[in-house]
Amino acid sequence: MFKRSDQDKRPSVQIFVDGAAIAAREGDTVSAALLASGRDVRRATAVSGAPRLPYCMMGVCFDCLVTIDGVGNRQGCLVPVAEGMQVEIQKGKREIGR
Amino acid sequence: MSTPKREAYDVVVIGAGPAGLAAAATAAEAGLSTLLLDENAGPGGQVFRAIASTPVTERAQLGADYWVGADLVKAVRASGAEIIQRATVWSLDRHIEIGVSVGGVSAFVKARRVILATGALERPFPIPGWTLPGVMTAGAAQTMLKSSALVPDGRTVIAGQGPLLWLLAAQILRLGGRIGRILDTTERRNYLAALPHAFAFLTSPYFAKGLALMREVRAKVPVVSGVGELSAAGDGQLATVTYLAGGRRETMQADLLLLHQGVVPNVNLAMAAGVEHRWDESQLCWSPVLDQNGNSSIDGIAIAGDGAGIGGAGAAVFRGYIAARAAVEALVPASAAKLTPMAELRTGLVHAERGRAFLDTLFRPAPQFRIPSGDTVVCRCEEVTAKDILEAVAIGATGPNQLKAYRRTGMGPCQGRLCGLTVTELMAEARGKSPQEIGYYRLRAPVKPITLAELAAVAKTEDDVKAVVRG
Repeated sequence: MFKRSDQDKRPSVQIFVDGAAIAAREGDTVSAALLASGRDVRRATAVSGAPRLPYCMMGVCFDCLVTIDGVGNRQGCLVPVAEGMQVEIQKGKREIGR
Repeated sequence: MSTPKREAYDVVVIGAGPAGLAAAATAAEAGLSTLLLDENAGPGGQVFRAIASTPVTERAQLGADYWVGADLVKAVRASGAEIIQRATVWSLDRHIEIGVSVGGVSAFVKARRVILATGALERPFPIPGWTLPGVMTAGAAQTMLKSSALVPDGRTVIAGQGPLLWLLAAQILRLGGRIGRILDTTERRNYLAALPHAFAFLTSPYFAKGLALMREVRAKVPVVSGVGELSAAGDGQLATVTYLAGGRRETMQADLLLLHQGVVPNVNLAMAAGVEHRWDESQLCWSPVLDQNGNSSIDGIAIAGDGAGIGGAGAAVFRGYIAARAAVEALVPASAAKLTPMAELRTGLVHAERGRAFLDTLFRPAPQFRIPSGDTVVCRCEEVTAKDILEAVAIGATGPNQLKAYRRTGMGPCQGRLCGLTVTELMAEARGKSPQEIGYYRLRAPVKPITLAELAAVAKTEDDVKAVVRG
């Protein structure tokens, strides 16, 4: 869906999505890194389980909700990636205690 | 990343876009203790997004209007204002107390004046299939382009109308991305309606820039005008886009559909604070009631930038200067003398707003793209359709707040940002009322979700504890 421009010379940052390593770039948000990875990163909604991907990328639609380093319902479009970050795609509601 | 250094400031500016950058720099330069809070990783807001970090090094690809932001950032960084990025303001009340979350820790700060520069968001574009993965806003694609040099690849369709749509298309092409087709939803009758405003537009900077962008894009991408119906379809992922134009219905394969029909003020924080808003019939949105300095109905709260009514980045900068100068005049009149005179700022604002009435009229979104019907989702969070809402109206729901009890619309995490305008207009039409009569969701803090644990961990005084603990 998206590709990186050749002029992007930012250093690579490794993050993990459901345990699998993906190469992000320094300064990417979690959502941008997920969309650029080419993997199936669709979440499932809390209400009907319908598949969704980020819609607005600016912090207003909440369709980018992911679990980041064990904390659920984070807005992936507002959180920059960090080396070793563990991202989990949410399937349904946020779990109690996470 | 840390919470604010002080408990109280002269001026707190919320949002580091064009208006917020201008306002914070002005207030701090005049010697006022100034705090600038912004939700993103870096300053710039949406228009100047990632201005201090963009990996796009070919400056011409983003355009000269983008790089103007670098000077604003430089000015605010030199001004002495305290700047906190990744700060989410989740509360503001009429006593000008601000609740802000930074790195999972919340704090409250007081201000003598607050300037809201929370900007705009893209108008909802509720068509069938707009919740499918692969359907995004044009602004979303532009955010990824500016901050991560990511461009659409594969079969991409851009649909809608307005200046941003053409700018985005040009930027995608310049960065080597691909666009299969542009579907222009501008209503033909709008061209005639906009004619009385044409002179101001033709003599504004928008005209030459807009024309050049459209030429650049049309040379490379097929453009279909007069699109009157639009829908997306696919099984769990966008597969096709169908549209009606010139009496012909066409279905095309697509991997990515980017939607855009203008921007509207981001009202959540201002409304939650209790600032009076009114329905703006020319821009089809809620706008705050403000005086000429941007002061709202609540003493001490001013609003600058697109949150004050859509005026674009140029106008936002002037509104930021004006609101901050007014704060300086009120708090330290002696310091105001060294700032740009108010008359000069007002002249600048008038100049920047030139051509806006033409754009508002020409790009007034068509009713069928604002007020959906049938199974089209209105509330994305709670997955409520237009039909669901009309059924609730039929059995007695009178407005958006009653509708919450019937259908939970607006009660999901986005707090009505993606459905509020649609719900108001849909219910107004169904009940034969004006949007002003129907009203909007009653918004309350926290305007962004925070955990109970974070709230419980906020430092408490003995009086705070006494207020809620028995004995």
